[in-house]
Amino acid sequence: MSDESRDDGKSRRDFLKVSGATLAAGALRVPAVHAAGSDEIRIGLIGCGGRGTGAVTDALKGASGVRVVALGDAFPDRIEQIQKRLLEFGDKAAVKKENTFVGLDAFEKVIASDANYVILATPPGFRPQHLQAAVAAGKNVFTEKPVAVDGPGIRAVLATHEEAKRKGLAVGAGTQRRHQKGYLEAVQRIRDGAIGEVTAARAYWNQGSLWKKDREASWSDLEWQMRNWLYFTWLSGDHIVEQHVHNLDAVNWMMGAHPIKATGMGGRQSRTDPAYGHIYDHFAIDYEYESGVHMLSMCRQIDGCEKRVAEDLVGSKGRAETSGERWAITGPQPWRRREDEGEVSPYVQEHTDLIASIRAGKPSSELKNVAESTLTAIMGRMSAYTGRLVTWEEALGSPENLVPEKLAWGPMAVPPVARPGTPA
Amino acid sequence: MNASGVLVGTLLGAALAAAGALDAAFAPYSETVPGSAVKFEMVPIPAGTLEAGGQKVPVRAFWMGRYEVTWDEYDAYRADTTVPVAVGVRSPDAGGPPRAADAITRPTPPYADEYFGFGKGKRPVIAVTHHAAMEYGRWLSEKTGKVYRLATEAEWEYACRAGQAEPGPLGEQAWTAENAEDAPQPVGKKKPNAWGLFDTLGNVAEWTLDRDRAADGYTTRYPHPVRGGSYTEDAKAVTCSSRRLSEKAWSRRDPQLPQSIWWHTDATFVGFRMVRPVEEDENLKGLRSRVTRESP
Repeated sequence: MSDESRDDGKSRRDFLKVSGATLAAGALRVPAVHAAGSDEIRIGLIGCGGRGTGAVTDALKGASGVRVVALGDAFPDRIEQIQKRLLEFGDKAAVKKENTFVGLDAFEKVIASDANYVILATPPGFRPQHLQAAVAAGKNVFTEKPVAVDGPGIRAVLATHEEAKRKGLAVGAGTQRRHQKGYLEAVQRIRDGAIGEVTAARAYWNQGSLWKKDREASWSDLEWQMRNWLYFTWLSGDHIVEQHVHNLDAVNWMMGAHPIKATGMGGRQSRTDPAYGHIYDHFAIDYEYESGVHMLSMCRQIDGCEKRVAEDLVGSKGRAETSGERWAITGPQPWRRREDEGEVSPYVQEHTDLIASIRAGKPSSELKNVAESTLTAIMGRMSAYTGRLVTWEEALGSPENLVPEKLAWGPMAVPPVARPGTPA
Repeated sequence: MNASGVLVGTLLGAALAAAGALDAAFAPYSETVPGSAVKFEMVPIPAGTLEAGGQKVPVRAFWMGRYEVTWDEYDAYRADTTVPVAVGVRSPDAGGPPRAADAITRPTPPYADEYFGFGKGKRPVIAVTHHAAMEYGRWLSEKTGKVYRLATEAEWEYACRAGQAEPGPLGEQAWTAENAEDAPQPVGKKKPNAWGLFDTLGNVAEWTLDRDRAADGYTTRYPHPVRGGSYTEDAKAVTCSSRRLSEKAWSRRDPQLPQSIWWHTDATFVGFRMVRPVEEDENLKGLRSRVTRESP
């Protein structure tokens, strides 16, 4: 991407020349209310795995005047890895050793640094605590999805949302579909009535199995679980929350609402080895919105089965089919779009949009939307795990706190696989 | 048609002479993908000269896949649990210590839906990386005891042209943006070229060996050429000389860093086919992708 060349020596010299010669012509893009340089984005990254590293790169590509100032992770090898992988960005991502932090409290130190744009990319179980701490410290935040794994976590996140609004802080969420042209146009057309009244919705994330890390002898239970975080509900929320939240978020966005109840089922049929923790490998949920519209939701992580990652909306006049690459509306106003080859990555665009909102003094907030979509997924999981119908109020008010109060490296039991129909 | 038949016959005769010591006749054959019931077909391509861009490039005889490699074939490779998914990783079924650094590897699990809603079976493999196509060739070679690899660009274009000055009507031979309805199509549904190759034009653009870049030791992810145009392109971009170079944007929606070395997120128009040299060029012997997760 050509963005990477923006800060090479050549363009920097060009910039100096231009700004020196033509200040009056408005060559500087800094809003007039800020002194030059005061709108620098200083990233503090919490969670330096593959997605955290990707998110930092996306932010660096997404806007100029962005620098990485602090890195934190539970594990030292992650810090070493990311430092190597960010070398290509030179000074913009050169973080001094004293600004790299390791351990379960690394997040506090990153937040206490001079970062003004904190990226949260740890496993989701930690998110409510990290969001709360970042906003309490007055930081803008980009948070990966999902934002919690249980009802108490969602309640904390909604409180953080209110606090961020009061403080005028921007919070972006890694629900990148909301920043992708095809989705934006499809949603607009649906809103404009292209399919008429919505009568039913479907959401799918059916795919094969994912990675796991073989346990090393030196790892404690906690380290093993954190390095295999997908497979433990307290860390990931199970795959319906961790992964399928994308499709549930897309449908909620199109519906302009969240479901009010869920009846679901699921199980652990194929991925039964204890190396895969205790999560399910498939779910199917019947959600109902306040309007009476139902959404069928399916997600599966089993090899050798039919795959589909997409959403369908059925309306009184037509249908919409959406996915990461193709969008189509059939009916009286048919429309098709394919992801264009020249398109900006939505993972870059979401940072461009967030940073622009900060610099314009109109901080955007996506936290409430992503919290509601996360709770939608949690509500479905709760129903599948228990076998009961679960309402929005029950999910939101749930006392079930999955994340341990105090964490320490050492022994940690794996919860049993949930069995619906048995008392909790 | 008659004239071209004569030309083919002449070239074929020359190729048979070149094949010389080969036990097997230089003829079409089919073979089963190891560990599966899936068959693939190979077509003899006679030695000759590629005239392109004002150059005359001699091309040795080789066999070329009659069809683009299908998901059925590729999934047999993915299912071979004796092969590890990364160098240094123990394969589940192999036992013993991790394989050596030059061991063949197989793709890591894809994220989401690797066939992008288009279906599998006899449809061509799509959105696999150059590294993945190169490793598939090594795997097939080891399993069959024959040399299978990507075609060099010269071999590819020569085979596509099939000794003809002009291809026939494109719509009869190729899936393009004008007739494919935005989807890669099952292989072999259009007319073949004069040498019996299907879908060289259109359907999916095909990875080539990219011999010119062998100097970097195949340690970088990009750029590598794909040839022949695809179902996403207008007819004018679907020719035997059509050439595009791979780039980072082909993985722009892979949110992880490092990005996958096996799967592209934004290249549903790319696939590949295999060739088998009659007598391998010394310079191409043992050539393999050395891309790792840390490769730029």
